[in-house]
Amino acid sequence: MSDEIAAIPQEVLDLIGLPQYEEETEFDIEMGYVYNTLAAVQNGNPLYWDRAIAQELVGAQIAPPTMLSVWFRPHYWSPGFEGERTALQSHFDLKRIMHLPEAIIGGNECVFGAPVKMGDKLKTHQILRSVSDVKTTRVGTGRFWVIDVESYNQDGEHVGTDSYNCFGYRRPAK
Amino acid sequence: MSTTETKNLTVDKVSVGDELPPLEVPVTATTVVLGALASRDWRPMHHDRDFAINRNGVKDIFINTPNNAAWFERYVTDWTGPKGRLGRMQFKMNSSVFPGDEMIMTGSVENISTDEAGCCWLDLNVAVSVKGEVSTSCKARVAIPIDSRDNPWNRKGEQWLP
Repeated sequence: MSDEIAAIPQEVLDLIGLPQYEEETEFDIEMGYVYNTLAAVQNGNPLYWDRAIAQELVGAQIAPPTMLSVWFRPHYWSPGFEGERTALQSHFDLKRIMHLPEAIIGGNECVFGAPVKMGDKLKTHQILRSVSDVKTTRVGTGRFWVIDVESYNQDGEHVGTDSYNCFGYRRPAK
Repeated sequence: MSTTETKNLTVDKVSVGDELPPLEVPVTATTVVLGALASRDWRPMHHDRDFAINRNGVKDIFINTPNNAAWFERYVTDWTGPKGRLGRMQFKMNSSVFPGDEMIMTGSVENISTDEAGCCWLDLNVAVSVKGEVSTSCKARVAIPIDSRDNPWNRKGEQWLP
């Protein structure tokens, strides 16, 4: 089965370590999405619900650190855009280039820097760190890859890095 | 309300091996869809059952990665109080969590340390289990106050070394 997957294309090897897809958040950081996230997991942390506590502890209203990736996901649709809009575009590029139609995120590491405050404008870029040999797991045969998403605020402060351990694969033939 | 009125865990109240109180969460389709949309994850396997079954080969829609992280954060800061500041999280998904599952979150203190900037860190092992099997394991590194006057959120630049 693993013989069916070609060697890693040079196009992919050339991407390792190269910052790609530098972009800014499509909107200023805002509390509405924070409340949606808090509600989704029933998070009652007063740091986010109580302005006085936020002011006392941080000096501003902030977003939960684990929301970092939320701010960079594109709208599902926006005027003038045709086709599907995807976050973590370098991940989808790798699927396409290596002809691996399915993929899962098998692991994730986040490092959190300066707090993300309401009104912040964030910048990000994606860096492919590694691509594995061919592996077979219970979902199929393919390759693992690691992509770092590094993010900064409008003052150049590092606000966090998300590292994604992905597995792109083909499902076993029935 | 002020932070003097809220619970805040300080390092003198923690020992290696301490266990966090378990949290039980019954998962519904709403849990999954709400979490996916709140995290702006529009991919169909988190809201479209047909797609999840026929394209992804799984039994139903399932909780997405950023929402998994949000559940872990909520679980950790429920325990630490609002002064608890996450520095790092590493998690590994072994299996997905589906509607109808009862998600049980557990955690324990693996290590307590103070870094060169004087920040106190707890290394936690946290997990989500369904029917006794760990579906996602997480190593979380969270800063907590050394005493009632300390506040990890005041740290920036070289004072913040997650």
